[in-house]
Amino acid sequence: MGLDIKLPIGLMFTLLGVLMTVFGLITSSNAAMYQKSLNININLWTGVVMLIFGVFMLTLALIKKSGGK
Amino acid sequence: MEASFSLSWIDYTIMLIYFVFVLGIGWALKSYMKSASAFLEAGRSLPAWVTGLAFISANLGALEVIGMAASGAKYGLATVHFYWIGAIPAMIFLAIFMMPFYYGSKARSVPEYLKLRFDEKTRGFNAFSFAIMTVFTSGISMYALALLMENILGWNFNLSLIISALIVLIYTYLGGLSSAIYNEVLQFFLIVVGFLPLVIIGLINVGGWNGLVDNLSPEMGHSWKYIGAEHPMGSWIGIVMGLGFVLSFGYWCTNFLVVQRAMAAGSMSAARKTPLIGAFPKMLLPLLVIVPGMIAIALLNMGDSGFELPAKGAGYDYDLVIPMLLKQYFPTGILGLGLTALMASFMSGMAGNVTAFNTVWTYDIYQSYIKPGKSDKHYLRVGQITTIVGVLVSILTAYVAALFNNVMDFLQLVFAFINAPLFATFLLGMFTKRTTGHGAFYGLLAGTTAAALHHGLTQPEGALSLIKGGWLAKVHVYPSEMVQNFWTAIFAFGVALIVTIIISLATKRTKTDSDLKGLVYSLTPRTVDDSKYWYQKPETLAIVILVSVIVLSVIFW
Repeated sequence: MGLDIKLPIGLMFTLLGVLMTVFGLITSSNAAMYQKSLNININLWTGVVMLIFGVFMLTLALIKKSGGK
Repeated sequence: MEASFSLSWIDYTIMLIYFVFVLGIGWALKSYMKSASAFLEAGRSLPAWVTGLAFISANLGALEVIGMAASGAKYGLATVHFYWIGAIPAMIFLAIFMMPFYYGSKARSVPEYLKLRFDEKTRGFNAFSFAIMTVFTSGISMYALALLMENILGWNFNLSLIISALIVLIYTYLGGLSSAIYNEVLQFFLIVVGFLPLVIIGLINVGGWNGLVDNLSPEMGHSWKYIGAEHPMGSWIGIVMGLGFVLSFGYWCTNFLVVQRAMAAGSMSAARKTPLIGAFPKMLLPLLVIVPGMIAIALLNMGDSGFELPAKGAGYDYDLVIPMLLKQYFPTGILGLGLTALMASFMSGMAGNVTAFNTVWTYDIYQSYIKPGKSDKHYLRVGQITTIVGVLVSILTAYVAALFNNVMDFLQLVFAFINAPLFATFLLGMFTKRTTGHGAFYGLLAGTTAAALHHGLTQPEGALSLIKGGWLAKVHVYPSEMVQNFWTAIFAFGVALIVTIIISLATKRTKTDSDLKGLVYSLTPRTVDDSKYWYQKPETLAIVILVSVIVLSVIFW
């Protein structure tokens, strides 16, 4: 198939990663909200991990597009 | 209901983004759907890591995510047998020994392989039973999703059902098998990222692995140590032979739903590596699906955790383990992500069944019995229309499931009877040239009958209805339904094996050696793998996986 699956995966995870990281940052002072997750800012952490994964996938997709086989 | 969640804009935004991408992938693939092969077989062009992740993801539907968490809560760590002794050895066997015949024979489906190897009636039997089974499974998946949405989110049952069916319909109609596979890969990563934080926080809360085991009864913290006649999973013979050998090999090596993913790979080497690449994450999935069930029980045993699991009958409603843990630990934001992962798993389970149904209906039923010899365009159109019909029938079966719970139990039972002996047929067919079409067909019938008889003569302990067995007489009582299933499979396999051999020896071969070239082990040249380096070869990967599973089993003995 002509579509490289790494592209949509990369895009979606980057987008969701940014969204959750930003949301995690603005809610970081809301201690009551994160009591549930044992006072861990789970939105921020998950967001950062998703962002890294998304950018990684995007990079692979772009490398493949520009030159690689 | 007490399990209801309150969601905010961020949760809905995350769900929305996921749906946009799911539909977008279907849309982007639309222009490639120019032939029946592109639509139904993904043009046999996908790389091994994509088909490998889809291979396990197609299976990571409602049954696995909800069912394995429930099983983890009921039986504890012993549930890993479904993975380490069940799926993994079977996936290795499929890759090393069976894939060369599936992929090399150019058969487009598992029933078509049976037609090439045996005869028309064996194919027909498999094609029809498989087609009916897939639409029903997809319907059950849909029903479970809509029920969950109704119970935990308070959404309207009908609306959730129609919308999820519509989304699956759109992306499989537009992009066919490729679209289903691509979305399965997307879903795989989403499940990992959605459930892993849940497991991590849960483990921190119960005090790590040691804390988890300390808060459970001793047998729940071990996989093998307490296995025996008293264990709800039964003796090790039932586990190794019934679950590990017959049921798992039967499922992973002959079920077209999973085999189809490997057949969509771009080369023989990629097709053989598909189950092997899938085996690496598969081996670690218990962490995501079984450990949550154990965490839930540990939290209940701790008493002061504030965690609640709704009651059902005399015990708990174990199917709610994952939703209730999401509610316990996830604040808004990641809650949306966790729920999206859950929905994604249901929907891709559905899509997987719809695409497998499509291919079998179009090639093995329509092209074989209804209208052979038409143009490729015609079969492409039929494949697309079958997608719509398949989803519509699934909706119908979802309502049947909602109205008559027993009908579904009954059907699943019948499918189990049909599936149990299938591996005997494949084993004899692929590895001996003497097995004949009559032998295969009557062996299958005899095995199915044996499964039904065994079920009719035995019962699990404390069975309340005849759907659990014993409808003929009560000759033996098993400690649980699971153990009964293992032994039903063992009997069905044994009878199918013996009957197939006897009838094959009594009937004449109808296929010559040259007919069977590429279909039978002794008549097929050994596959030479074209991997560049030794560590990329399927055999090397298989050994690494096997050693890893043994090490894991010893660690968690």
